[in-house]
Amino acid sequence: MGPERLAFRLLLPSVAVLLLVIAYPVLRAVYGSFFDDRPMGPAAFIGFDNYARALWGAGGADFWAAFRVTFLFTVVTVVLEVLIGLGMAAIMHRSFRGRGLLRASVLVPWAIPTAVAAVLWRWAFDPRGIVNHLFGADVTWTGAEWPSKFAIVFADTWKTAPFVALLILAGLQIIPKEVYEAARIDGAGVLHRFRHITLPLVKPALVVAVLFRMLDALRLYDLPAILTNGANDTTTLSILVVRASLGDLKPGYGGALSTLTFLLIFVTAFLFVRLLGAGALGRDRT
Amino acid sequence: MSTTAHEVRRWGGTAGLLLANGLVLVFCLAPFGWMVVSSLKPPAEIFDNRLLPANPSLVNYAAVFGSGSDFTLALRNSLVISASVTVISMVIGVFAAYALARLKFRGRNLVLGFFLAMSMFPGVAILSPVFQLFADWGWINTYQSMIIPDVGFSLPLGVWVLTTFFAAMPWELEAAARTDGATPSQAFRHVILPLSVPGVFTTAILVFISAWNEFMVANSMSQTPDVQPVTVAIAKFTGVSQFDQPFGTQMAAGVVVTVPLVILVLLFQRRIISGLTAGGVKG
Repeated sequence: MGPERLAFRLLLPSVAVLLLVIAYPVLRAVYGSFFDDRPMGPAAFIGFDNYARALWGAGGADFWAAFRVTFLFTVVTVVLEVLIGLGMAAIMHRSFRGRGLLRASVLVPWAIPTAVAAVLWRWAFDPRGIVNHLFGADVTWTGAEWPSKFAIVFADTWKTAPFVALLILAGLQIIPKEVYEAARIDGAGVLHRFRHITLPLVKPALVVAVLFRMLDALRLYDLPAILTNGANDTTTLSILVVRASLGDLKPGYGGALSTLTFLLIFVTAFLFVRLLGAGALGRDRT
Repeated sequence: MSTTAHEVRRWGGTAGLLLANGLVLVFCLAPFGWMVVSSLKPPAEIFDNRLLPANPSLVNYAAVFGSGSDFTLALRNSLVISASVTVISMVIGVFAAYALARLKFRGRNLVLGFFLAMSMFPGVAILSPVFQLFADWGWINTYQSMIIPDVGFSLPLGVWVLTTFFAAMPWELEAAARTDGATPSQAFRHVILPLSVPGVFTTAILVFISAWNEFMVANSMSQTPDVQPVTVAIAKFTGVSQFDQPFGTQMAAGVVVTVPLVILVLLFQRRIISGLTAGGVKG
C-alpha cells in the first residue's frame, strides 16, 4: 500500500468525526442563518435579514452589548493572566526546593472542572460568603453589573493564570543560564536583563499562550452561564448564541449570531498573529 | 564585612523567594481548600465563614451519596463518558498522528491546517445544529450524544500533541528492526508502540480531564439523571430538601468530583506539563 493510501485510511476516522461534529454543524448553522424562524411550515429564504437584525436591527442592542462584554472580559482576563503568569513563572523558575510541589499545585486550578469552580465562586461571592467576610465588605457581587463582571474576571483569572504560567515557564527553561551570566558580568541590571534577554527569548511561548487564551476567552460560556446566567450585562456572545438558538428556538437567528461570533474570533486571531506573532508562529512546528 | 552583607542579601533573597512561593501556593490552593472546609460544615454553620469548621461533619457527603440523590449515577455517567471519549480519541488520534508525523503524502499541510481550524470554532457554533441532527436520529439523552462531540473537541489538540511526540521519537530503531528482518507491523508493535506509551498516556490524561470537565454540550444533551454527568448534576444541585442551602452539598459534590483530578495531577504532573506545553512550545 502506498503512503497516500495508508495516510488516507489512518486519517479517515479522525477527519470523519471532525466533519460530523464540527464542520457539518458549522456549515449547517451558516446555511440556516439565511432562513427565517417561523414556528410552523418550511422556513423561507431571507438573505442577510438575520444578520441585519443582529447588527443594526431589533437584536442590535443585545448583540453589541454582548460584543462589548466579551471583548472586555477577553482583554482584562488575558492581560491579568499574562502578568500574573509571568510572575508565577519567574518564581517557579527560580525555585529549586519544592519545585515539584509548586508545579503540581499550579495544575490544581486548571484541573478543577469549570462548572465546579463556577459553583464555588458563586458561593464565595454570595453576600454572606467568604469574599465579603475577608474584606469586610457588604457587596451583592452577583446582583449588580460591575461586581458581577469583577466576579467573573476574578474566577477566570484564578483558573487560567496558572496555565499561562506553565506555558511561559516552558519557554523560560529553554534559555541557557550562560546568557544571564554573561549579561550579569557585563553589568546588566535585573530590569535590563528582563527586557533584553528574558522577554525576547520568551516571546514565542508568550505569543502562543496569549493566542490560546484569547481564543478561549472569546468563547467564554461556562463561568458566566453558571455564575450569573448572563444577568447584569454579563451576557457573552456564546451565551447569546445558546439563548437564541436553544432557548428561544430560533435556529436561523441563532445561526447568524454564531456565524458572527466565529468570524469575530477568526478576525481577532488573524490580526493578533499578523501584528504580533508573525515571526513567532511562522516557523516549522512539527 | 562585605561577606556579611553578601550573606544578608542572599538570606533576604531566599526569604523573599520563600514568601513568593507561599503566595503562589495560596493563590492556587486556597479556593480548593475553602471548598473542602465548606464541605465539612453542617448546614447551620455554612455561612459562619470560619477558616476551619467548628463542628466538622460528613452530613454533606451523606447527602451527596444518600438515597434520593442521583449523584452516584452522575459519577458513573461521567466515568462512562470520559473513559469512552479517551479510548476513542486515543485510538483514532494515534492513527492520525502517526500518518502526520511519519508518512509523506500530498495534502499533509492541508490536513494539519484542517485540524487546527476545527479547534478554533466556538462550541456554541455547533451546539444547535448538532442538537438538531441528534434529535433527528433519536439520540438526545444518550451517552453517544455527548461522547461523539467530546471526541470532536479533544481530537485537534490530541492529534497535535501526539504528532509532536511521534515526530521526536527515535525512528532509526524501527528501521534497524526492519533490517533485522521484522515486518513493518512487527517493527511497529514491538519497537515503536512501547516507546510511544509515555506520549500516548500523557495525551490520554489531557483528553480524560477535558472530557470529565465538559459542561456545555452535556447541559443540552442530557435531560434525565440516568445519563447526566457530574458537571451538570452539580450545577443543578438543589440540596437535600428544596428549602435547604445546597452550598455544603454542592461543595461536597465538588470535592468528590475534583479529588480524582487532583490525584491525577499529583501523580502525573510532569507528564501533564510536558503534554500541555508540547502543543505550544518546542523544547
